[in-house]
Amino acid sequence: MGMTITEKILAAHAGKDTVCAGEIIAAKVDIALGNDITAPIAIREFEQLGVDKVFDPTRIALVPDHFCPNKDIKSAQQAKILRDFSAKYGITHYYDVGEMGVEHALLPEQGVVTSGDLVIGADSHTCTYGALGAFSTGVGSTDLAAAIATGEVWLRVPEAIKFVYKGTLQKYVTAKDLILYTIGDIGVDGALYKTMELTGPVIDRLPMSGRLTMANMAIEAGGKNGIIVPDSVTKEFVEPRSERSPRYFTSDPSASYCMVKEYDVTDMELQVAFPHLPENTRPVSQAGDVRIDQVIIGSCTNGLLDDLRLAASVLKGRRVAKGVRLIVIPATQTIYRQAMHEGLFDIFLDAGAAISTPTCGPCLGGHMGILAEGERAVATTNRNFVGRMGHPKSEVYLSGVPVAAASAVTGKISSPAEL
Amino acid sequence: MKIQGTVWKFGDDIDTDVIIPARYLNTSDPQELAKHCMEDADPDFASKVRIGDIIVGGKNFGCGSSREHAPISIKSAGVSCVIAGSFARIFFRNAFNTGLPIFESKEASEKIANGDKVSVDLETGVITNITKDETYTAQPIPPFMQKLLSSGGLMNYVKAKL
Repeated sequence: MGMTITEKILAAHAGKDTVCAGEIIAAKVDIALGNDITAPIAIREFEQLGVDKVFDPTRIALVPDHFCPNKDIKSAQQAKILRDFSAKYGITHYYDVGEMGVEHALLPEQGVVTSGDLVIGADSHTCTYGALGAFSTGVGSTDLAAAIATGEVWLRVPEAIKFVYKGTLQKYVTAKDLILYTIGDIGVDGALYKTMELTGPVIDRLPMSGRLTMANMAIEAGGKNGIIVPDSVTKEFVEPRSERSPRYFTSDPSASYCMVKEYDVTDMELQVAFPHLPENTRPVSQAGDVRIDQVIIGSCTNGLLDDLRLAASVLKGRRVAKGVRLIVIPATQTIYRQAMHEGLFDIFLDAGAAISTPTCGPCLGGHMGILAEGERAVATTNRNFVGRMGHPKSEVYLSGVPVAAASAVTGKISSPAEL
Repeated sequence: MKIQGTVWKFGDDIDTDVIIPARYLNTSDPQELAKHCMEDADPDFASKVRIGDIIVGGKNFGCGSSREHAPISIKSAGVSCVIAGSFARIFFRNAFNTGLPIFESKEASEKIANGDKVSVDLETGVITNITKDETYTAQPIPPFMQKLLSSGGLMNYVKAKL
């Protein structure tokens, strides 16, 4: 029987010819990632091991992006743990403020992760790099500590669900709508422990930015990893930037899937996930009259240059509604500079938006846009759990960039068609 | 070894933001995290929970972020184990890695009520509902996870191999 791309990557990193679903393997890690929330615990665990070196200082990425630039004294102490550890062990992929970006936008952009890699990260959205045709999954701090010491991780080979997207996307319908729709269909545990392999002509036509958005939210369906078989779009993205040689794996036609889901996207509307789960999706036309206080455009899900361009195309010549705070967060320094050069910042500033330095910030209720009791936000982020962006009695509505930008203008959840 | 405690019952899809809100993640001190355990589901949980009490959740317990602070805060709050219909995968790993016993049983998750007295045999996974005089059996712990547990957690397992 053939293997899926995920099984092939896992087999290659476990030194085996084949693996099958359910098997437990010890696999070599290409990149191990941590951030300012998760790495301090990993570093504490690592230091208790009593070893004097990390497995490979060029294969560890530490990105202080969640509460950074430091929001308070405690956060500053945590970020300092990463800085000191990186200096002590010569960690090459340590990104301090000024180089830092939202980790899952930064590592693909900088060519740190590439096709065929096995990546683990102490951040649940590590599944993002599946867009490059890598096996990439989130783990906790102790797993990260073990990988920093040994360069290995134990993994259970997941069963795979194949998602096939057919048809033609309507104007303003984006990859975010595809993945929100999918999560709404299968539920927040619809892919629990499983691979989400994203395929079909609609995926083939998606730019890398959209692919990253979709793989990013595999965890929101409980998925172990999201993955897209590399093609010419992948190669054009990774080849100019990869530090290491990419390896292109594919799924065999005879590979085994525990489920196949097919969607015709032609009639798909813009999607909004209502509080307090990403599966609570509705078409924007059925959102009703939901007044909002804040809009966030950014995050590891939708903070890329294409996202900012799309936001600018909706906001150009328009003003944010009175009483609404629009915060735009380019995900990396490179994106920030390019958006500025392209004149996107002028459009945002003319619209009345605030532009932030790269940070995860408000997505997890850290800083840079916390909600008060009773406030509502539309956000291009990935989670709308209770208290996710601030007060436990605040609400987050998840959407793609066009709905977020249009909602900022009207002051209520809206489609750009209403402008 | 058997543990016994009073149950705190929660629903489906209890996410890690509810278990330990991100606003408290500027520290990894277990005692600090314990003070805010389950705060956005029940603001008084940390003050009401007693050492040895048991959390019972529905399906997909621990979904969301990879923060290990979630099992750490539960354990540090004095909770002896978590029983749920199913667990999100990163939480599942993290619980084993941090030494928080967890048991998967749909039946137990459905039948146990808030305030029930329950005992759990950590070796066999047999859950006894003393209040209702019922027993349920949890999914067996996979052999590899048993090896991790008998080594005293992932870091001890790694240490032995280094």
